[in-house]
Amino acid sequence: MKNFFAQKSFLEWLRNGLLLAAILTGSGLAIGRLWSPHMLPARAMTPSANESVEGISRVVTQLNEAFAEEWRKQGLQPAAPAPMLAVARRLSLALTGTVPSVQEIRSLEAQPEGEQLQWWISRLLPDRRYSDYFAERFARAFVGVEDGPFIVYRRRRLVDWMSDALSANRPYDQMVRDLIDAKGVWTTHPEVNFVTATVVPEKGPDKAKLAARVSRAFLGVRIDCVECHDGKLGSTWKQRDFHQLASFFGQTENSLGGVQDNPKLQYEYRFLKKKETETVPAVVPWDPELMPQDGAARERLAKWVTAPGNRPFARAIVNRVWALMFNKPLVTPVDSIPLEGPFPPALEILANDFTAHGSDLRRLIRVIATTQVFQLDSRPANPDPAATAETDAHWASFPMTRLRSDQVAGSVVQASSLTTLDAETHIIYRLKRLIDTGGFLKRYGDSGEDEFGSQSGTIPQRLLMMNGEVVQGHVQPNPVFNASARIATLAPDDASAVETAYLAVFSRRPTPEETAYFTGKLQGTADQRGEAMADLYWTLMNSTEFSWNH
Amino acid sequence: MKPNHDPFNPCGSSDHFSRRTLLKSLGVAGMSWLTPLADLLAVEAEQTKKGLPARSVILLWMAGAPSQLDTFDPHPGSKISGGLGSIPTAIKGVNFAPAMEQTASVMQDVSLIRSMVSLEGDHERAFYNIKTGYRPNPTLVHPSIGAIICHELPDAKIEIPTHVSILPNQWPGRGGFFGAEYDAFQIGDPDQPVPDVRAPVAGSRLENRLEGLSVVENAFARGRRSDLDLKTLHQATMSKARRLMTSDQLKAFDVSQVPTAERKAYGDTPFGRGCLAAVRLIEAGVRCVEVTLDGWDTHANNLEGQAKQAAILDPAFATLIRELKQRGLLEHTIVVCGGEFGRTPTINVVGGRDHWPTGFSMLVAGGGFAGGRIVGETDPTGEKKDPANPVRVEDLHTTVQHLLGLDHTKEIMTPVGRPIALSEGKVISELES
Repeated sequence: MKNFFAQKSFLEWLRNGLLLAAILTGSGLAIGRLWSPHMLPARAMTPSANESVEGISRVVTQLNEAFAEEWRKQGLQPAAPAPMLAVARRLSLALTGTVPSVQEIRSLEAQPEGEQLQWWISRLLPDRRYSDYFAERFARAFVGVEDGPFIVYRRRRLVDWMSDALSANRPYDQMVRDLIDAKGVWTTHPEVNFVTATVVPEKGPDKAKLAARVSRAFLGVRIDCVECHDGKLGSTWKQRDFHQLASFFGQTENSLGGVQDNPKLQYEYRFLKKKETETVPAVVPWDPELMPQDGAARERLAKWVTAPGNRPFARAIVNRVWALMFNKPLVTPVDSIPLEGPFPPALEILANDFTAHGSDLRRLIRVIATTQVFQLDSRPANPDPAATAETDAHWASFPMTRLRSDQVAGSVVQASSLTTLDAETHIIYRLKRLIDTGGFLKRYGDSGEDEFGSQSGTIPQRLLMMNGEVVQGHVQPNPVFNASARIATLAPDDASAVETAYLAVFSRRPTPEETAYFTGKLQGTADQRGEAMADLYWTLMNSTEFSWNH
Repeated sequence: MKPNHDPFNPCGSSDHFSRRTLLKSLGVAGMSWLTPLADLLAVEAEQTKKGLPARSVILLWMAGAPSQLDTFDPHPGSKISGGLGSIPTAIKGVNFAPAMEQTASVMQDVSLIRSMVSLEGDHERAFYNIKTGYRPNPTLVHPSIGAIICHELPDAKIEIPTHVSILPNQWPGRGGFFGAEYDAFQIGDPDQPVPDVRAPVAGSRLENRLEGLSVVENAFARGRRSDLDLKTLHQATMSKARRLMTSDQLKAFDVSQVPTAERKAYGDTPFGRGCLAAVRLIEAGVRCVEVTLDGWDTHANNLEGQAKQAAILDPAFATLIRELKQRGLLEHTIVVCGGEFGRTPTINVVGGRDHWPTGFSMLVAGGGFAGGRIVGETDPTGEKKDPANPVRVEDLHTTVQHLLGLDHTKEIMTPVGRPIALSEGKVISELES
């Protein structure tokens, strides 16, 4: 158990070392005029936008009609379409956890009008930042955030394994089958870390914990609520339902040879108010006909969970991906979807499409991003506070949500660099990003497993943004690392300096009032220009606009 | 959100209700047959209780779990003693391990529970349990005791955080379902300045930055709901943060000005300085301060490891009690000191003691707790697992809430739509003064 305050001096040392190394190698000084839209070609070739949108137009139309119908019924006027860059920012935050770079914005704006967002989606999905980021988000739901049992559990390996799978766009049902039915050693078979994450010393894998994870993460049902007693408050679940599910892991054991199934083992449990422990059979809680008769228990469970006919499986992932895109699920909480409904129409349409198209996650993301709802303005058609609850409830405007700590950290770091910080970025920048975000998350407060809870803002967060080292380090006049300093030195005039800062931090251009105000502040600053730009950066990063998704 | 919602007082929101307010709102407050007997008795007790209820709490968490046998519950001469002797305390007939000499001398103001029982034997789960009074539950995160106090007893006069965690390990007190604004404000060794409270730029530049911010906020608010900041609380939280930055009360965190002799009395260790800061913070009006002393998890070389930790705890705890008393703070400040569980009576092959959640010790003092009393007893042979007169973790929570004048049966509506009581234990009446 370590005290995290002890790590500070090491991080400072490493940061200074990196700074020195960057200066010595001269890296990072080569990129100059990012305010010129013509300087930057797209880095990766991507499929044509029209090609990608054709296959999804039917389901997108169906979704748009479903929402339009709901708004008609509720008498709601939907918000206007959002500016293209606002949608691009949402996409970037959802898929990579940061705002887009100025470099990316320039490339995006260079695309033909009307094709820009599809081009942007096509650009982000094959990017390693997407697979790494989504793998971490999935890992939080599948195994939580703790480091877990020493030696037998390697969370990092599991995240990397999922990232590889997402990068190759492996069908999601295959990924889940591998996790539930994983066998082998935690180092060479990274997927078994799903099982070893629950290992209790001298007892082996925790069957109840595994059943809870399967039920919540993969099926969007909280059967674990009846672990200790029958359902209350209207729940019809029985304690037996949960333990029959847990029984599928009854033969799972962990030894030096890794995770395997031992046919001699059985799942035993003493139910509430019973005197004796009894052997509990492995029985699924619904649709038993979807489960194969033969095979080992976990194998049969894996096939049942992911069976195309098992609707809760598709609904659970649709609700989770929707939540990752909007920072808000269709059904709240994200892992508790009533088995019998009622279901929002969008959930059913997307679940059908997901199952019909081979559990293709990238398709699901593209479909959601292409719907009218995702591209609506966050400013409602009727801004009267009394009307906003209804508007929010029916998705008649894009929901405003607080960015998670990882998104704020990622955005601070990305906004301070004009170029994109991705897998191809120089190692020094990537290392710096890792160090910066790690320390920041601890102070800002990591959201933990529940990523979509309505987290309130805190005083330590505001203090960290106003006075903390990470923001200070990223806004101060440091020509090697910081965009503010580069803009101060290289922008041709005050107006383009302000505009570039706005694009880097807000992914939008300033309003005429904002331009007038801030160019006024920059005017005649001469040798204090660096400081004036640092002040502008600080101001933008401490705003509501920066720390919210909108 | 209600129009009269005060962002500075999040307790004004409608996310909780007490059974009584519910009954009142239903217009049946006079129908006493609807109110459980326990409730009526509690109300009566509140009315007849002498003196004011406690108003703040200091929690000293011994992380990693101290060995009760090597601290407050030695069994000298028995085979489980580890060869350790014992010393008398201010309570007649009650002995401590020799390392707790100073603590032994203040026991007239402190009571000891020797029969704490928990159902959790894993550090993380047990920590959750001891801090919240509830066992970990996959459907919701419970608030820790400090968050409950700050939620139930708001105080607008305090400009600094009212829930503070000094030297936290990885599980500082959390706001849980009350929200992150009730999380403990974390600081390290009080020798170091409070993090992030000093503006990196001087006066006029800071004003300049803030002036620019209003331009940016206006642009963002255009076309949005008129009560935008009531939804985001962004500017309200920022004002609170700025109020904190300029508050005189911040001085309470700064122990560097305290005379050397006073600092030394606490042992001049990070934990000792934490206890010193805790006293100063309580004096400034803070509701709950937790100070963590990590390093009790002695699965090997128990004797040595426990002695090392006890040497840090002993002067700090005794001085804390003495100082609180001298400053007239002890009568309305509850002090709780203990670990997440205890350690096994048997000693393992590498001279260590392992996890033992049945029959561990906890010190309680001040704020309506009697001094010089003892509850429970463990088996001197170590064979009997269960202690006599067991006190459950939830009973400790209920007692603390009771002494703070809170109705522990009050139900809070959780985000999962299930009402939950502040705590589910019973008051340990023999510890009340």
